[in-house]
Amino acid sequence: MNTDVKRPQAIRMKEQDPKQRVRNFQEVPFGYSNDEALAEAKRCLQCKKPLCVEGCPVAVKIPEFIKLIVDGKHVDAARKIKETNALPAICGRVCPQETQCEAKCILGKKGAPINVGHLERFCADFEMAEGGEFVMPAMKPKNGKKVGVVGSGPAGLTVAGELVKEGFDVTIFEALHEPGGVLVYGIPEFRLPKDIVRKEINYLEKLGVHLERNFIVGKTATIDGLMNEEGFDAIFVGSGAGLPSFMHIPGENSIGVYSANEYLTRSNLMKAFKDSSDTPIIKGRNVVTVGGGNVAMDSARTALRLGAASSTIVYRRTEAEMPARSAEVHHAQQEGIVFKLLTNPVAVISDKDGFVKSLRCIRMELGEPDDSGRRRPVPVKDSEFDIDCDVVIIAIGNNPNPLIPETTPDIKVSKHGTIIANEADGRTSKKHVYAGGDIVTGAATVILAMGAGKAAARSIAEDLISRK
Amino acid sequence: MPKILKKEKLSDLVFRYRLEAPRIAKMRKAGQFVMVRATTEGERIPLTIAHADAAQGWIEIIFQVVGKSTKILSILHEGNDIIDLAGPLGKPTHIEKFGRCLCIGGGVGTAPLYPIVRALKEAGNDVTTIIGARTANLLMLEEDMKLTSDRLFVATDDGSRGHKGFAADIVKKLLADGEKFDFSVVIGPAIMMKFTSQVTIGAGIKTFVSLNPIMIDGTGMCGGCRVTVGSETKFACVDGPEFDASKIDWDEMIKRLGAYKKQEADSLEKHNCLLTGRPT
Repeated sequence: MNTDVKRPQAIRMKEQDPKQRVRNFQEVPFGYSNDEALAEAKRCLQCKKPLCVEGCPVAVKIPEFIKLIVDGKHVDAARKIKETNALPAICGRVCPQETQCEAKCILGKKGAPINVGHLERFCADFEMAEGGEFVMPAMKPKNGKKVGVVGSGPAGLTVAGELVKEGFDVTIFEALHEPGGVLVYGIPEFRLPKDIVRKEINYLEKLGVHLERNFIVGKTATIDGLMNEEGFDAIFVGSGAGLPSFMHIPGENSIGVYSANEYLTRSNLMKAFKDSSDTPIIKGRNVVTVGGGNVAMDSARTALRLGAASSTIVYRRTEAEMPARSAEVHHAQQEGIVFKLLTNPVAVISDKDGFVKSLRCIRMELGEPDDSGRRRPVPVKDSEFDIDCDVVIIAIGNNPNPLIPETTPDIKVSKHGTIIANEADGRTSKKHVYAGGDIVTGAATVILAMGAGKAAARSIAEDLISRK
Repeated sequence: MPKILKKEKLSDLVFRYRLEAPRIAKMRKAGQFVMVRATTEGERIPLTIAHADAAQGWIEIIFQVVGKSTKILSILHEGNDIIDLAGPLGKPTHIEKFGRCLCIGGGVGTAPLYPIVRALKEAGNDVTTIIGARTANLLMLEEDMKLTSDRLFVATDDGSRGHKGFAADIVKKLLADGEKFDFSVVIGPAIMMKFTSQVTIGAGIKTFVSLNPIMIDGTGMCGGCRVTVGSETKFACVDGPEFDASKIDWDEMIKRLGAYKKQEADSLEKHNCLLTGRPT
């Protein structure tokens, strides 16, 4: 038997040239052409027991949608994904497939796994562009039950999409003026075009989901108010990890020090990158971002696109410990972001008017492993040095938003301020109130939030319909 | 979308809008604010709720034209919609029966002071109010304040109405006359709050101020509104907007208000050119 079968090469997605793309906000990867998608889809072994599906938090029917691409039925492929995932165009772009479905792919054992994310994006985009008229998917008849969803980020959108198909009357409450949560205020245009997010949300509205903007649950109305006075039978809380962490170092309140949330919100949600926007942003010449996650990469890359001459990432551990996706780190490196690793800020130095002049840092080395299993960075004595800069972005994580716990006294929260909910079903300590996403886990990924949303939607349906 | 039910011009630069907002009217308490956005490309700006009627479902905001966003807001008409209005935000003022209260409003800060004066009065306090402005036609709510307070004093920088000088001068005089107060609230421009609260704190009066720093979301998400209070960083939107005046790092607070001075001036300039057709 010939074991030396030459398998076709994985198809890489073409990208904007790094030199060009750092001067615009357009998406970095171009997406597959029909031929590229077909070639990639044909590599799929169509496993009888697909491990990739196990790797997906929302169990997308991966081999089935890939088979539909092979058959040239791209629109059907997108609809196949939508049976379990309402937001394929978003997930195809921002999911960490390399640690989920693609990590489990058999092909990955000897070569490159199937580019599941690229294919998902391909058919979702194809459906948006060429899908023709909106086709209502299979929907259960209205069951007369009202569900409120707090927050229109990935967790909330998933719950809404699932429950509306189950026959529930679903209303999403969004605090900001535009729905999408982190998908619109956090993730930049060049990684996730806002037009795509709008179209996915538009799809949910066509399914019958109501959307209330400028509605801050806990302030505009409380959860108890919605349930006792406005007839909501259940509430799902997906309010996210909205509160930015700071380092609490001297000078941190100097002008030009931003939380990543603020910097990205000014640029993404408020469109400060456009001349026509009234929201200002300090377009730094030399920008330093502190942190090693995806949000730090997004911030540093946004700074370049806003015209920075230099954009530097300061991270206290090494590249191996960076929580960012490797693809994001790679993109950042390609674009010329300078990585100062094993480096930690100790003070922000400002001028007499309070504007940032430089960031004082200290070198670090790795010591014994800490609670996270990663080696703990410890400062090297007398190794301080200054990096000249006019903008500093703090991207070291977010804390849960306290608005809901503060105004819902009978919901249990952890000492970190996250809402305590069962991972498997999203149930909280309060009857008929469910929670999922970053408000439960602390800052994590889009797809984990969606997975939590799916689980919560199942229990809501179970609690309100099956058990009554 | 929330409709402008009534528009009044309180002075050359100051406007009062009554907005249809039944939910906010029902939930709001003295000291809370709303976020307002007037156009799709506009900024989100925080404005204190100056008055509200839960039964009729409206709130009132009072604002002074200081930059492009407030200018655009000011040219809307009765019957127009405000595209975005969200709230009520921030922690309400802590109201209790303190005894003798001294409420001091400077300029447009008189607007957020008004609901606090009312609430203090309703809680059974004896309320002395001082309002000040640069000049007489920038004074606001004089009649309303007179009706709500036990005593009202007025000061203008140029002496065009009331005492010629600052509100703080009147405070000093009252204190010199041997008057005692148990609680004070000062709201106005940052520099006025800094110096006026120094006088009341110096007399041993517990003093609160309401800060109005730069914000985007108003819900704790961005941290742009951070202030140092008692050596801790606080977010004015969720921890405030009211704080113990004796603990605020005023110099930092005042510097941070100037973060976008240049951009704001450019933006207003560009906007004026569009209005007048004048070439840049």
